[in-house]
Amino acid sequence: MADLQKPIVEGRGLTKRYPGVVALDHVDFALEAGEVHVLFGENGAGKSTLISILAGAMTPTSGSVEIAGEPVTVFTVRNARKLGVSAVFQEFSLVPTQTVLENLVLGEEPAFAGFLRRGEGRRRAEALFAALERGIDLDRTVSQLSRGEQQLVEIAKAMRSDLRVLILDEPTASLTDRETEILFGLIARLKAKGVGVIYISHRIHEFQRIADRITVLRDGRRLGTVPAAGLSEEELLAMMTGRVMGAIYPQIGRPGGPEVLRVEGLSAAGVACASFAIRAGEVTGFAGLVGSGKSRVWRAVMGLNRTLAGKVLLNGKDMTGARTYAVIAAGVHYLPPDRKNEGLVLASSASDNIALGMLGTGSLRGRRAVEAIAGIAKAVGLDPHLLRRLVSQLSGGNQQKVLFGKGFGRDYALYVFDEPTVGVDMGTRAQLYRVIKSLAEDGKAVVVISSDLQEAMNLSHRLLVFSAGQISAELEGDEINEGAVLPHFFERKKDAA
Amino acid sequence: MSVETTASVRTNFGAVRAAKLVLMRVGVLPFFLVAALVVFTLASSQFLTAQNIVNVARQSVYLVLVSLGQMIVLLTGGFDLAVGTTIALTSVISAMTMISVMAAIPDSVGLIIAAGCLGAMAVALLIGLINGTGVAAFGVSPFIMTLGVQSVSAGVALFLTGGVPVTGFPHAFGDTFGFGRIFGVPVTVAIAIIAIAVVAVFLYGTRFGRHLYAVGGNVKAAKLSGINTTSTLLIAYAASALLASIDGLLLTARVESGEANLGGTIALQSIAACVIGGVSLRGGIGRVEGVVLGAFFIVLIQNGMDLMQIGSYMQMVLLGVLLIMAVIVDQIRYRLLVGVN
Repeated sequence: MADLQKPIVEGRGLTKRYPGVVALDHVDFALEAGEVHVLFGENGAGKSTLISILAGAMTPTSGSVEIAGEPVTVFTVRNARKLGVSAVFQEFSLVPTQTVLENLVLGEEPAFAGFLRRGEGRRRAEALFAALERGIDLDRTVSQLSRGEQQLVEIAKAMRSDLRVLILDEPTASLTDRETEILFGLIARLKAKGVGVIYISHRIHEFQRIADRITVLRDGRRLGTVPAAGLSEEELLAMMTGRVMGAIYPQIGRPGGPEVLRVEGLSAAGVACASFAIRAGEVTGFAGLVGSGKSRVWRAVMGLNRTLAGKVLLNGKDMTGARTYAVIAAGVHYLPPDRKNEGLVLASSASDNIALGMLGTGSLRGRRAVEAIAGIAKAVGLDPHLLRRLVSQLSGGNQQKVLFGKGFGRDYALYVFDEPTVGVDMGTRAQLYRVIKSLAEDGKAVVVISSDLQEAMNLSHRLLVFSAGQISAELEGDEINEGAVLPHFFERKKDAA
Repeated sequence: MSVETTASVRTNFGAVRAAKLVLMRVGVLPFFLVAALVVFTLASSQFLTAQNIVNVARQSVYLVLVSLGQMIVLLTGGFDLAVGTTIALTSVISAMTMISVMAAIPDSVGLIIAAGCLGAMAVALLIGLINGTGVAAFGVSPFIMTLGVQSVSAGVALFLTGGVPVTGFPHAFGDTFGFGRIFGVPVTVAIAIIAIAVVAVFLYGTRFGRHLYAVGGNVKAAKLSGINTTSTLLIAYAASALLASIDGLLLTARVESGEANLGGTIALQSIAACVIGGVSLRGGIGRVEGVVLGAFFIVLIQNGMDLMQIGSYMQMVLLGVLLIMAVIVDQIRYRLLVGVN
């Protein structure tokens, strides 16, 4: 690392104020050329605000930013790009209906007097992929690509201007392990070229492999910047949450109980002939890669996807292909993986969102309802002062708590949590795990579907592994460990062909 | 026997797959077209004659022009419900302008017609810019914005004329743009062909065309890619209004008077033509060829129904049903293309 050079990004005293909230409070930040700099902190700690400012998507209330020694005066995405700063956000900035080629040159199409120069555009797109040493058919439509491929296109697009700084926001959140490896290879190559990388992630074990330095943020303030080498997970967590955390995964008791749900030979989109049983008083985990069918089997059970074949018995009652409302009425709570699109009414208050889960149980405005909502907030660890706030203004972690709260409006027999902690900070995670623990120990049947293998393994009494639409393994108790589970991720059951 | 059944099952399966592929690539039009051709050919011996088809092609010019503009707006993910009253206002303004210019300089026919056309197109451009400003700058939903402007322009057209047709402009206007021919081709058809070519070149060959598709496909992505989405939308609505005004001029020439009730149902028809022609209501998907054929198809079934002596009221019913069916198929197609569940 060239220590003598000036950093390529230098932010001083960066502050962002909203009415009533300080999202970022006098934060200094420096990024060296050829460095991978991780931003770490709970949701709402100010990471997103900081990268939004650096990427030009947001103007700071006060403070200054210099890029390659040049002070930034206009905060627009366009200007940031011109200075060599590109961000890849979780929601990709690709046009799904257009081809890879069209997306790669979008907004900067080579043209003569307004008329496209197609050959030149194709050459440029090919050059971008050549620089990444990766290729995707340029004529494929973006909507047909996998998440990993889309991300690759996004990174290639970021490189079309002279890239000096690449910002990656939770880049591995929806990638398979293989795609993650490809991404890390890519980061290493960019690093060797002197590109500075700002990397946001909650996955400590992942970023420890590539990080040079880590900046920890909490409540909008910078707690410190430390070299990544030799830093333990516990130290990081303690810094981030301001408390020493024990094991984040609780020991969950297993009272056991009768069978609640039985699925026999269920086939649906992306799922082939899945059979399993869910019992009360235990946590059943569903693990597998993204797209392995672990989530879609439940979407079929919930009536969100069509059931093509098989049988679903809920407490002995046939619920095969039943409508979603009927399944919920029969006592199944489903927590969707995408809280913004499927889980919450963003323009309503936290309190109203929780009340949605209580529909059909009497008045939603009366004193009893208000008390019930306050009780739910307490159960999921949501600060009662946040109940009146609009959900869209809450941090990701608090949004997830609200989403959890929707499950407590009624008494359910079976709780299905699909990606319960996606994009959620450690402190909130620990809190949500405690909620799951208390449900199971109260004798409820709990299902945890998770792409985070650690989470699925550590919470489950019994673990079903999915691979290519089929159940490839069922493990129990002490059998559940990484060595035993991982091989089944890639295995295909032979007898079902 | 059993071999035969498997074979027929296989071809059935193949046919379904082929149909799905055609649906994804082109849209619903081929299916509608085949159905219409079969029904009308069986019902009327005059339907499938060269003369009738040429006739349909000539009649469809008016719908083609408006649909091209409608398509440009639909590609951005919007609507233009004001095209019909833009036609009406164009008609009224052009006729009145020609008459007042004629009072000043009665002998220069060319100048009179040019003034009428330019005046009307200027007004149409204004309508388009108002639509575009509302949608792009103030974020009004295109549905409400153009619905409001539709009412405004209809009101202005009726106010200016009191509902009475405006006549008395030079016959040369109608002779040229209503009934004229160049090199044996009707002037209206020639203008439509030029318009089709210009729109196709703009959509497929220029940066602006790419940006239009991008804005409709994902506005946020377009913005982050450095595209000026506001001006793109503004130009789209202006183009739609301009194409509608050309249409209004041709219709005025055809009926030889300025009328405030021209273009009554054309907004709905043009949206139907686009959707049947494979333009997605969600924006970002659609091709000029499809829209031209879609417009042709709608005029074709109107012609077929005329031949079958189906009254115009029932024709309205059928058009509405067709539009809804086309939109339903569009939903399915979008799901197949973009893979939303």
